[in-house]
Amino acid sequence: MSTQTTQARSDRSHLPLSHPRLPTWAPRLVAALAIAAAGLVSLTLGWGVVAWVLLAVVVFAIALPAWSLKVENGRAAKDRFVTTLVWIAFGTALVPLGSLMWKVVSEGVPVLSAEFFTYSMRNVIGEGGGIYHAIIGTLLVTAGAAAISVPVGILSAIYLVEYGGKSRMARTVTFLVDVMTGIPSIVAGLFAYALFALMFGPGIRFGFGGSVALSVLMIPIVVRSVEEMLKLVPHELREASYALGVPKWRTIVKVVLPTAMSGIVTGVMLAVARVMGETAPLLIIAGSTDSVNWSLFGERMMTLPVFVYYSYMQPGVPPAFGQARAWGAALVLIAIVMALNLLARWIGRRFAPKTGR
Amino acid sequence: MAKSIDVSDLNIYYGDFLAVEGVTLTIPAKSVTALIGPSGCGKSTFLRSLNRMHEVIPGARVEGKVVIDGQDIYGSDIDPVQVRRQIGMVFQRPNPFPTMSIYDNVIAGQRLNAKKMKKSDADDVVERSLRSANLWEEVKQRLNRPGASLSGGQQQRLCIARAIAVEPQVLLMDEPASALDPISTSAIEDLIHELKADYTIVIVTHNMQQAARVSEDTGFFNLAGAGLPGRLVEFNSTKKIFSTPDEPSTEAYISGRFG
Ligand SMILES: Nc1ncnc2c1ncn2[C@@H]1O[C@H](COP(=O)(O)OP(=O)(O)OP(=O)(O)O)[C@@H](O)[C@H]1O
Ligand SMILES: [Mg+2]
Repeated sequence: MSTQTTQARSDRSHLPLSHPRLPTWAPRLVAALAIAAAGLVSLTLGWGVVAWVLLAVVVFAIALPAWSLKVENGRAAKDRFVTTLVWIAFGTALVPLGSLMWKVVSEGVPVLSAEFFTYSMRNVIGEGGGIYHAIIGTLLVTAGAAAISVPVGILSAIYLVEYGGKSRMARTVTFLVDVMTGIPSIVAGLFAYALFALMFGPGIRFGFGGSVALSVLMIPIVVRSVEEMLKLVPHELREASYALGVPKWRTIVKVVLPTAMSGIVTGVMLAVARVMGETAPLLIIAGSTDSVNWSLFGERMMTLPVFVYYSYMQPGVPPAFGQARAWGAALVLIAIVMALNLLARWIGRRFAPKTGR
Repeated sequence: MAKSIDVSDLNIYYGDFLAVEGVTLTIPAKSVTALIGPSGCGKSTFLRSLNRMHEVIPGARVEGKVVIDGQDIYGSDIDPVQVRRQIGMVFQRPNPFPTMSIYDNVIAGQRLNAKKMKKSDADDVVERSLRSANLWEEVKQRLNRPGASLSGGQQQRLCIARAIAVEPQVLLMDEPASALDPISTSAIEDLIHELKADYTIVIVTHNMQQAARVSEDTGFFNLAGAGLPGRLVEFNSTKKIFSTPDEPSTEAYISGRFG
């Protein structure tokens, strides 16, 4: 105890604010050496590229902290080691994404053409044809789903945050929303099919049914994200409004919702993007067709995910053309979802409260 | 136009917790009444119960009477929204609406209630309110800038302008100058002096000099002990409170011997 204090005292006599540092180019040098060393080993042992990369990563993760420990100190070495681990995790997460994008783009781009975007598959056998009907279908079905889910979702969230409090009703709704979040998409499709089969007889297939099925999946996402956004609105703003003699509902409509608008819009767009790629429910209730259908309420309606599924599973003879179209449609679907995400970010920024600082 | 407020036997609760007990006092019209007392004794709670803002907090409730203009604001047929239109409030922390411009913030009371107004009338209200709040000269060039772009002191004066733009009978102020520099503080004190010609003003403050400077009457709140509810210890003219208070504990608090 007493020795420790004297130790601490003596340490305090001078102020060590600096310690030796590795040069900034040290990580790069180690990386180059690690790749070279791993390459040498791989070549002599006849390993492939994957093993080479893995070995290089391991060498780097050991060598850099070791060097750091030698020159710098223990804390810096730990820092370098953990930094390396984080980068490895990040890289690992990017691998599937990168390879997926690469595959879809490289397979999909050659198919894209004016015809691909403007023709349906009506009377097409083999080469040619397009996904016009599927794009229309996806946009209509998703718009229908959004038209159902956005009002229901936003109003439920408003109830939960502004009116429900800790009441039994609010807790029940929250619980049901949680349950809905976990519903498998195929079950949502079966639900919509069963519902409409009861009304219109078995074998019913139409676009709006798809909208209903998708909204079963979308509503909980919208409720959850809007709820979070409304909770973020400071209570002081509501009080400021009440203190001006503004009724509660006007406060919600004119103060709370505008303040949370950017988050709400972003949440809704992300929910749309999320359900747009659903396949299973649409397979059941929206069905599949080769022609353009502009009506949500009559006849089968093709959608992009279902198009991809059928084009790949039943590509026709010869199969090459159908499969190529499947990749093209997949690329278009990803592009639409990505565009929606970008739009959501842009709108989010547009609506964000301006501090003007 | 200003009205006096008669409070009798007011008990204020947060759920089961009795925060303030047995307050009886009369706040005179067209004058400034200051509320002082140590932190946590229930000044803000009492102030918020005067315009039914207290019940906005879940579980919060009030027993007793608050009578203004012959009507008990806690009566069963009273609409709290109407009460708040007559009794405005300025909060301790400035809270301008972040989505609105300076102009829209001032006129928010009218806009949010969808009151139809001619553009020229609205301009008048905005200019008059900002002038009374001593803010007009600083912001007249940038009325369309966001309200949140102002400094803290300017935001507080913006909130005061917003509160007086709806022309309430009574103005409640919860430590309006606690976050402000001496210059903004004295601007707000000047403003309070001017406003008392038309408004009944109740101000909570931790600043004894401020209470002595701006108020006609002063109420001293204190806790009877740890965990016990806050009470109104003494209510008297400011002169008397700061020279020869009736209660020894008031004397002790003011001379800085405790609290
Ligand atoms: N929202 C709330 N829920 C429960 N109790 C509360 C709430 N707000 C205040 N209280 C309690 O009520 C009592 C009075 O609080 P109040 O805010 O009125 O004090 P105050 O006199 O304004 O203090 P200060 O000078 O620090 O602002 C305190 O014991 C406080 O803990
Ligand atoms: Mg307070």
